[in-house]
Formats: sequence, structure tokens, C-alpha cells
Amino acid sequence: MTAAAFAVRPRLSRQLAGTGTLLRFALRRDRVMIPVWVAVNALMVLSMPNTLKGLYATPAERADLVAQMATNSSLRAMVGPVFSDSLGALTAWRVGVYAGVLAAVTGLFVVVRHTRDEEESGRQELLASGMVGRRASLTAALLAAAVANAALGLLVVAGLAGQGATGALAFGLGIAGVGTVFATMAAIVAQLTESARLARGLTAGVLGAAFVLRAAGDSATDDGSSVLTWLSPLGWLENLRPYAAERWWVLLLFAAAAAAQAGVAYALAGRRDVGMSFLPTRPGPASGRLGSAAALAWRLQRGSVLGWSIGFFLAGVVYGGMTEGAADLVGDNDNARRIIERMGGQAGLTDAFLSAMVGMLGLVAALYVVASVLRLHGEETSGRAEPVLANAVGRLRWAAGHLVIAFGGSVLIMLLAGLGFALGHGREAGPILGACLVQVAGVWVIGALAVLLHGIAPRTAMAAWGVAGAVLLIGWVGPALDAPRAVLDLSPFGHLPKLPGGEMQWGPVLVLLLVAVVLLGAGLAGLRRRDMTT
Amino acid sequence: MTKAITVSGLHKSFGRTHALDGLDLDVETGEVHGFLGPNGAGKSTTIRVLLGLLRADSGAAQILGRDPWTDAVETHRRIAYVPGDVTLWRNLSGGEVIDLYGRLRGGLDTRRRAELIERFELDPTKKGRTYSKGNRQKVALVAAFASDVDLLILDEPTSGLDPLMEEVFQRCVEEERNRGRTILLSSHILSEVEELCDRVSIIRKGRTVESGSLADLRHLTRTSVTAELAGTPDGLARLPGVHDLDVQGRRVRLQVDTDQLDAVLRSLTESGVRSLTSTPPTLEELFLRHYQEDAVAADVVAEGAAR
Repeated sequence: MTAAAFAVRPRLSRQLAGTGTLLRFALRRDRVMIPVWVAVNALMVLSMPNTLKGLYATPAERADLVAQMATNSSLRAMVGPVFSDSLGALTAWRVGVYAGVLAAVTGLFVVVRHTRDEEESGRQELLASGMVGRRASLTAALLAAAVANAALGLLVVAGLAGQGATGALAFGLGIAGVGTVFATMAAIVAQLTESARLARGLTAGVLGAAFVLRAAGDSATDDGSSVLTWLSPLGWLENLRPYAAERWWVLLLFAAAAAAQAGVAYALAGRRDVGMSFLPTRPGPASGRLGSAAALAWRLQRGSVLGWSIGFFLAGVVYGGMTEGAADLVGDNDNARRIIERMGGQAGLTDAFLSAMVGMLGLVAALYVVASVLRLHGEETSGRAEPVLANAVGRLRWAAGHLVIAFGGSVLIMLLAGLGFALGHGREAGPILGACLVQVAGVWVIGALAVLLHGIAPRTAMAAWGVAGAVLLIGWVGPALDAPRAVLDLSPFGHLPKLPGGEMQWGPVLVLLLVAVVLLGAGLAGLRRRDMTT
Repeated sequence: MTKAITVSGLHKSFGRTHALDGLDLDVETGEVHGFLGPNGAGKSTTIRVLLGLLRADSGAAQILGRDPWTDAVETHRRIAYVPGDVTLWRNLSGGEVIDLYGRLRGGLDTRRRAELIERFELDPTKKGRTYSKGNRQKVALVAAFASDVDLLILDEPTSGLDPLMEEVFQRCVEEERNRGRTILLSSHILSEVEELCDRVSIIRKGRTVESGSLADLRHLTRTSVTAELAGTPDGLARLPGVHDLDVQGRRVRLQVDTDQLDAVLRSLTESGVRSLTSTPPTLEELFLRHYQEDAVAADVVAEGAAR
């Protein structure tokens, strides 16, 4: 009798009870995060027509570009094929893949944050005990992601309508479609893993695989017709062909994939207990060998160091491999060459391109160093630092464990990127390794700034992300917009010599290192003197 | 006897909140000292100052004869700390954490570690995120009791433990005391404190309001007496220190300040005692007296505001 009573499935309306409240709650918690992600993505897309107009002013130049893309398979691997020479089509070509990736990352972050994160922290249990249906949390998370995607899609449609409303509609829907596909993918993965960090990592891995499939397909064909391209949601976005005789039926792929994945996620969610997962945690050793704060820090960070190392090495190989092709393409366009030269120096296009790519990776390494330094912040605010510091571990020793990994790790990943460049480009490693090492001076300044914030004003430590983001934006967009020197100089990376190819200038590098040392020292002094937060 | 912890006139504010407002605390070496107070009274803040995690605004504090802020690392070698809410690393097993904490202190007694794991029925192979609250607490307790230290600082250590484990915990504390270790036990479980502690300090709003042995403190409070008499009682109401007197025929119930108990008993025997129950004050009553003064004061303020 009782068993039968339990087997009765509650009505759908009961399963969704509380969804509205949870959704409003989720949107309130994300009131900063979602708008920032959406705004950055939309800005990137909407600034592109102007940038392109500056680069390829005449129809002849644009036609020339399209013709060249047909023969340049390495650049096609990076950004995909071009289907038409209108400004709208070129915009969709130039930013489509990246806008899609960014939308996918937004979607997966939002969904994991409101599903697995909530369960892992135990907050879900409290919520679930209220008037909340079994499917309400997942539904609210998917709806929150849908809100973000819809906002992004609307901004793109509205902002690009000037280039033609039909193409804008297709492009906006396509970007939102990619975001939705990865939001629902994250919903599945969140059912499988017990940790939110792993769920985010696995979904990001799927996203990376989707990028690689599309890149492989696009390098093989110049019209997106490869099977590999069709296997990737990022490939669907280009095959939707915004501004080039739109193929509306491709939108059905997004819809079908999203619906199927959401169905799987709901089915999985219905078959498991709150807080449990389909990939249970394996037991660990009954006794451990960790014996110092440094060993603990390495244990906590080694996974992420490994991930960044692999990523930087592969990026080096890929960028190195496409250097010649890209330099050829850019060489034919005066404006594009000027941008590359502003980023990478004027000593020959190959070197300038390599230098620009090395600089790009240096900027990304700033994200690594901030993430790694802020582990200190995470340990402190989670209450895990307190019992460690109640042992015979001084604050400096505790911090040093993480900081060695942050600062040493940035050297390591830049060196690995250099090795990758040397391998991919097939020439001697010395200069390119040197170029990569020089970037470390800029990376360390950002890392030291994060140490300073954490040491002196721990409440503001997260602002280090803002600094890294601003530096990334200046380095990325600054040269294309021909930003004034004063703006470029705000970023430590703006002062670095353009290597390889350029002249090594020890002056600025040493000054930056000195700045890093001073910031680091001030931060550590602050950490020693202040109250630990809990 | 030397002092393991001395604190006098400790002040600590966070912005406008005065967490500690002239707190005093003395813990003798080798004793189990109960540290009591309502939520938010400043117990954890005091402990964090003693651990050098917070810097006091003013006042003096010494722990194991050293300054808790400047000599933090040296003193911590001889201290084991158990917080009230233990957070573990999600990818580290309980056993790894126990060994890590042991090595970061003065070292770990492996035999005792194995014995404690057995007694607390802890599975040391589980990963941090899979432990329940009580089990996370056990991880920290095993690490503390198995460490080779002189002073244990336990901040509400038994929250989340079941009664059986609570019992194991109390035996462990007694064993530690028998070995001559000093224990500062902050707790809300008054029976636990009554059972274990040699002396207690009660704090309220960042100040110490009572401090001493339980016998000392009991002396300051009331004993309740219920008696069945042979005749009608006489003159009880006039005796000093008698409260809540309730006479129903020959039945008498009253509360009396413990230092006035003698006079009341004499008066009762004059009327002839048929039966007598006398209950010594519990720590709970002691505690509630201080606690309720707060509540009464708050009521008065609220009423004043309402008018």
C-alpha cells in the first residue's frame, strides 16, 4: 500500500511549484553577473561592423578578403568561413564563433550555479523542504539561462538591424541558440557530477570539443559543409548563414538539441536524490602524506595548473601552426597589418603576428594568476583557512604555498606556450621562449595587484577579476580601435617590448618586475597585520 | 599553578559592533574551563583573538605564556583547535585532513589516532564533501585529541554529534585532563559543561559576568526547596533571601539564596518536617538568570519605546 502510494507521480503543476519564486531569486542573485556577461558579448558583436568598416572600407577590399579566406585554411579554423562580402556577413563571420562560445559559457555558468552549486553547498536542501516542486530548481535555472540568452539575442538583433534585419534576426537567434544548447548540456552534466567545479569543467570540455570539431571541419572545407562542422553547435551557427541567404531550418537543430538535452536532464534529475549524483565520489586514502601548507596548496591547485598547462601548450601549437597563413592574409590589407603591427611590432609580419599571439596569451595568463591568487580568498572566506592558521603555520607561509603556484605557474604556462609556438611554427625555440617569458612581467603585476587587494582590503579582492578583465579588453580591443597611448599604457602589458622581432628592452621589464615586487610586499605586509575574515 | 590563558580588559570592535567590551578570562594549566554565553556574546571572537586570527583593539592577552598575535606560530605548535563549524576540502579524505592537521601541529600519536577513529566510528576514507556535519566535526576532534599538544581550544565542538558520540567526546576530554592537558571548552550544552568543567566563565555582550568553580557560582544562586510540614509554617516570609514563597496548607515551596539556606532549614524544622526536597541550582538556572536579565532589560526598553 505504502509503496504504491509513493509510486504515484505528483501532477506536473506540483512538480513545478515555486519555479517563479526561484527564478526571481536566481535573477536577483545574478543581477550583476548576467548583465555583465551579456553586455560584454553584445559589445563585442555590435562594435564589429564599425571596426570592419575601418579595416575593409571598399567593397573591393571586402571581396578580396572573402576570396582569400577560401584559400586560407588555418585562419578558417580559427574563425570559420565567409559566405558573403557584406558588412553584416563579415561581422557574423568575424565574431560568430566567439560570441557563441561566450554565450555558451554564460549559459553553463548560470545553470551550474543554480543547480549543482546549490546542492553541493547544501542550500538546495533548505529550499527543497519548502513549497518547491521536484523539477522547480532545474526549471528555474534553465529559465534564468534563457533570460540571459534572450537578452543577448535581442541586443544583437536590435544592434545589427542597421546591417539588415533578416540577417540580424538569424544571427541573434543563432547566438542565443548556442547559449541554450550549452545551458541544457550543463543541466545534464550537473546531474552527473557531485561537484559544481567538475560540472563546469566537463561542460567547458564539451564546448572545447565543439570548437575543435568546427575548427577541423572548417579547415577542411570552405563552406562549412564538413560533417565535423555539422557535429558542432558552433558549426550550426555559421551554417545558419546570417546575412548570406539564411538557412532558417538550421534553427530547428538548436531547438531539437536543446529540447532533447533538457529532456535527458529532467529524466536524470527525477531519478536521483537531492545532493547525489550518477558519478559518485570514490573514497580516498585513510591516511595522508600532506604535511605542510605548501603541499596542501599544491594539492588544491595541481588540477587547475595541469589544465592551464595543457591549454597553453595546445594554444601555442595551434597559433604557431597558423602563423604563416595568417601573416600572408593580413599582409595584403594595410589596415589589418597596421593593427597587427600595433599589437606585435613592426619587424616583419610573421614576427609581428607571433608577437601579437604571444601578447594575447600573456593577457589570458593574467586570468590564471588572478584565479590562482584568489584561492587564498576562497580558502579564507570558506572558513578552511582558519583551522590551518590555528596550527603552527604562519600567514606568510600559508600564503606562500598558493603564491608560488600562482607566480611560478604563470612562468610555467608561458614557457609551455612558447614550446608550443616553437613546435607549431617549426623554428628555433630561443626567441619565442624569451618573448613568452617577457610577458610574465605583466602577468606578475596583475597577480601582485590581486595579492595587494586580498592583503589590504579582502572585501574588494574579487575586484582583481575586474582589473584582469580591463587589461584583457585594453590589449584585445585597444589596438583595433587605435586607442590613445594613454589608455594602452594603463595596462602593464602595454609597456612590454614587442617580441619576437622587436628589440629587447630591459628597462620597462625591470620596472614592471619592481612594481610587482612592491605590490606583493605591500599585500603580504597587509595580510600579516589584518584580521582574518570569516 | 601557572595560567594557560590570561585575558584582561580585552576590547575588539568590528565597525560599530563592539564584539568584546573589556573581557576577562583566566584558565589555569591543567583544568577544563567552560566558556559560556548566549549567541553573539563574543566567545568565538575571544577564541580568534587567542589564536592570533584577530588582533585585539586593546587589553592584554597571553596564551601559554606568550603573546597570541606576535608569537602565533610558536604557540600554535602546542595548541589544537576545533571550530564549531568544520569545513573540509571537497577532494581530500578525512584521514588526509587528520594527518595534515597533526603534522602542522606538534605531531600526531598514530596509535591514539587509530583508537579515536574507532571510538568515534569515523570512516577516514570519505572525501570532504560527503561527510555530514557531525562527521566533519569528528574529523577535527580526532585530529585535535590525537595531536601532541598542551592546550585544546574547543569552540562548540559537539554541535551535530549524536548522544553516543557526545558521550565518547566527554570521555576523551576527561582523558585529556588526566594527562594534564588544559582545555578551553566553549559550549551551549550546559550538562556537558557541568559534567566536565572545573571552572567556568560566563560572558555576556563581550564582558565576563561570572567566573569561578561551579561550587562558587552555585553559592551565588538560589536553591529550590519543597517541604511537607507537620504544622503550619511560620515566619518564612520574613527570612532574608527567600523568594517565590508558595504556602498551600502544610506544603511549602520556595527559592532561597544558597548562602541563606541554613536559616530557612532551621525555620522549617521548627514546624516539623515530614518530607523535604532540595534541588541545588543547575548551571542552566545560573545561565538563564544572566540571559533573562538581558531579555527583561530588552522588554523594558521595548515598552519604553512603545510608549
